[in-house]
Amino acid sequence: MEFLAPFVEVYTLDHFKFLLEGFAVTLKVAAISIVLSFVIGGLIGTVRYARIPVVSKLLALVVETIRNLPLLLIIFFTYFALPEIGLEMEISTAAIAALTVFESAMISEIIRGGLNSIEKGQIEAGRASGLTYIQTLRYIILPQALRRMVPPIVSQFISLLKDTSLAVVIALPDLLHNGQIIYAQKGSYVIPVFIIMALMYFIVNYALSLVARKLELKQS
Amino acid sequence: MLDFSILTDNLDAFLQGLKITIISSLIALLSSFIGGTLIAVLRMAPVKPLNWLGTAYVEFIRNIPVLVIIFFTYLAGNFGGMTAGTIGLTIYTAAFIAEAIRAGIMSVPKGQMEAARSTGLSYGQAMRLVVLPQAIKIVIPSLGNQFINLVKNSSLLAVVAGGDLMYQGDLISAKTYVTFDTYILVALFYLILTIPLSLGVGFLEKRMARSH
Amino acid sequence: MFKTKNFMKIALVTTMAALFLAGCGGDKDSKGSSKDVLAQIKEEKKIVFGVKHDTRLFGLKNPSTGEVEGFDIDLSKALAEEMFGKDVKPEYVEVTSKTRVGLLNNGKVDAVVATMTITEERKKEVDFTDVYFDAGQSLLVKKGSKIQSIKDLKKGTKVLAVKGSTSTINIREKAPETTVLEFENYAEAFTALKAGKGDALTTDDAILYGMAEEDPSYGLVGGTFTEEPYGIAVKKGNKALVDELNKALKSLKDSGKYDEIKNKWIKN
Repeated sequence: MEFLAPFVEVYTLDHFKFLLEGFAVTLKVAAISIVLSFVIGGLIGTVRYARIPVVSKLLALVVETIRNLPLLLIIFFTYFALPEIGLEMEISTAAIAALTVFESAMISEIIRGGLNSIEKGQIEAGRASGLTYIQTLRYIILPQALRRMVPPIVSQFISLLKDTSLAVVIALPDLLHNGQIIYAQKGSYVIPVFIIMALMYFIVNYALSLVARKLELKQS
Repeated sequence: MLDFSILTDNLDAFLQGLKITIISSLIALLSSFIGGTLIAVLRMAPVKPLNWLGTAYVEFIRNIPVLVIIFFTYLAGNFGGMTAGTIGLTIYTAAFIAEAIRAGIMSVPKGQMEAARSTGLSYGQAMRLVVLPQAIKIVIPSLGNQFINLVKNSSLLAVVAGGDLMYQGDLISAKTYVTFDTYILVALFYLILTIPLSLGVGFLEKRMARSH
Repeated sequence: MFKTKNFMKIALVTTMAALFLAGCGGDKDSKGSSKDVLAQIKEEKKIVFGVKHDTRLFGLKNPSTGEVEGFDIDLSKALAEEMFGKDVKPEYVEVTSKTRVGLLNNGKVDAVVATMTITEERKKEVDFTDVYFDAGQSLLVKKGSKIQSIKDLKKGTKVLAVKGSTSTINIREKAPETTVLEFENYAEAFTALKAGKGDALTTDDAILYGMAEEDPSYGLVGGTFTEEPYGIAVKKGNKALVDELNKALKSLKDSGKYDEIKNKWIKN
């Protein structure tokens, strides 16, 4: 029975509240980042799909570089290195900025892939009926592509929720950070805290993945 | 431009970190490939409890942050930073590889399994000799992507004092008080690893598309 | 059905909203680089102190109450009262060893009271007040450990420390044979020590006392092998603020209030 003692000590209402506060930060940071990444990634993906000269190639270079770097590095860089060239920011801003940069690159690929999956015939049909390229994109291609992209984008949001935990290294007061504060009190607290943290992440992410799967089924 | 003296003065540290990153990633890749294959087979096996076990593992691990897994392995287990990090990476990546291989197995025509068993092979043998090899061939590009993710995730060893490239970069930037240039150098080192892998995967994907 | 037109509008508004929010976070930099910090404090009627949230006895956030407690907090409160009476409200922001100078420079924090050692290197980047606490680097080990002093840190031993602290530089100098493992903060380093990842933890004795108090199966050994005088740091060029802080510190020491605060937290 003694091994249960740390569990009882950890699973108090105050601790749960503290963990939930951290989780609220995780959700907030992730939500802001996903919205920003969606817009920025969407723009980049569309521009690359449209093969605008020079700009597309430049964006391709930027996207490929960012996608191939560890997110941890981008976070450290945003918070600790940018101040050296005059760009200071708060912890949560830096976390959102780093996550957005990384996720935009990821989402731009999803969007580019989604757009590419629409048969070229649609563009020709659109233009043949008198629409400009941009109008064709807006009214014909994008709506179809966006519908297909919802599942992978929900997947990306799940990744984002998990990736926010990396911001613990710049002291973002998210779920993992608050969990660390609790188990720093006593060595025996480590296991109980990890169990509850993992469950919290799991419940939310699993629920989201079920939503994604349902959406995927609705499409076909 | 870039302060290359940071590179030359600390070359040993950078290379040591690079070495650890490569070793950890390779070990994790091999282990998670083996583990992932086993789990995929579990999920496809005609034994309900085994199915459930495999599915539970995949669904649970895929939905929690890899950093949480690594911290847990480090603190609750008796391992050093690099070992705990590598084990954590393996546990995490195995879940994703299991998914990829399962998708691969399912895309192998069912006829193959039936044909194999009708020649007298057991389920296990049929899997090992006929279905899996075909499945794996199909999923090689996706495995390549997992390897790239592994290399990127290996940077988390830095948080458990694992001695990898990111960790060395942290120490160097703290020692020299130069963060910008140091982290750019660290980024370049990572790109040296990940970009060739990305190009390789892209090449493989094109080859797969052509042969279908 | 996706109405692309509406979608575009929503996207535009969302981006602007998000950027606005993110920008708002960064905009509290009303303490611009040119203004004198002391003048600003008096104008805004608040003084923002940067303190640790993870250092028992000096600055520790209590997860149950949400309050930050410690010597640095009590001392800074007393200093604020001494300097400004009830006119200026003290506020508290979390800093870490890694972030404290940056937060001073961008104006988010007016003064750092966070177990910061005065060194010649650091004097180039910030201005310090007089010494407000004399600490020294020491070692924390599990009671009964073979390590009893820095001399025992030979090849094959492992010492844990925090990234970017003066302790890491000192320990590598004074015990070059030992392996040093560096972590993001004290909580992680101590958790690692408790999990058996190292033979000793090294940092200022003041901070180690806090750890020993939390877990009495650990204790300090070997005395101190460096001198770590703590000072309050302010943004470079703010002599007026430094002078005010020094004056207040002296009166607290003269009146006995300093000792009162010190004895409350430091039992040694």
